[in-house]
Amino acid sequence: MTVTVRYFASLRESAGRAREEMDAAGVHCALDVWRRAQEGRPLPPGTLIAVNQEYAAADHPVQEGDEVAFFPPVTGG
Amino acid sequence: MAVHLFADALDPWGTLIRHQQALTAGQFGATAVFVGTMRDFNEGDDVQAMTLEHYPGMTERQLEAIEQEAREQWPLEDVLIAHRVGRVHPGDPIVLTAVWSAHRQAAFESCRFLMEALKSRAPFWKQERLQSGQNRWVKSSTPGM
Repeated sequence: MTVTVRYFASLRESAGRAREEMDAAGVHCALDVWRRAQEGRPLPPGTLIAVNQEYAAADHPVQEGDEVAFFPPVTGG
Repeated sequence: MAVHLFADALDPWGTLIRHQQALTAGQFGATAVFVGTMRDFNEGDDVQAMTLEHYPGMTERQLEAIEQEAREQWPLEDVLIAHRVGRVHPGDPIVLTAVWSAHRQAAFESCRFLMEALKSRAPFWKQERLQSGQNRWVKSSTPGM
């Protein structure tokens, strides 16, 4: 199973990339995606998660083809 | 119904006038507008420029959902949300929210709601370029209420 992982703002900079396609075999939830993609680096406190461009909890299930995004608190307006 | 992102200059007043001209005169008695403009200072530092990053697709969907929530809570003739992305400088307009309603209570309250919801939920991020040359991510928005 493959998922698309996306990073924005400060998390994009710390990850060193904006997006990647990741083999997610055995991955169950959004937090698992982070752990595999970031090789165990803890999820920074306050990180927001979106699955398929909708806000989601860390334990939100992930399926083949999903887009999972990680970003810091939003600061628009 | 309208959500617009501008990669180049946002002219809030021209946008507002053009939008209102398309509405049916006589149907609304109250227009409330908020315009947010870039400052040249933040947290005690001089700011030279700012880059507004967003999440194409999700940002528009969030703004549309916020507009829909406002329409469910107040009787609104129309709603307009516009936001800049990309590089901005002090004095540049960043955001416009406007609502048209029969009466002022719905107009004031829903315009406030749109801005507060946008600030807390719409995926935009600001990176400041300080006078010192340092780049700094804005960590959180100031409380609005």
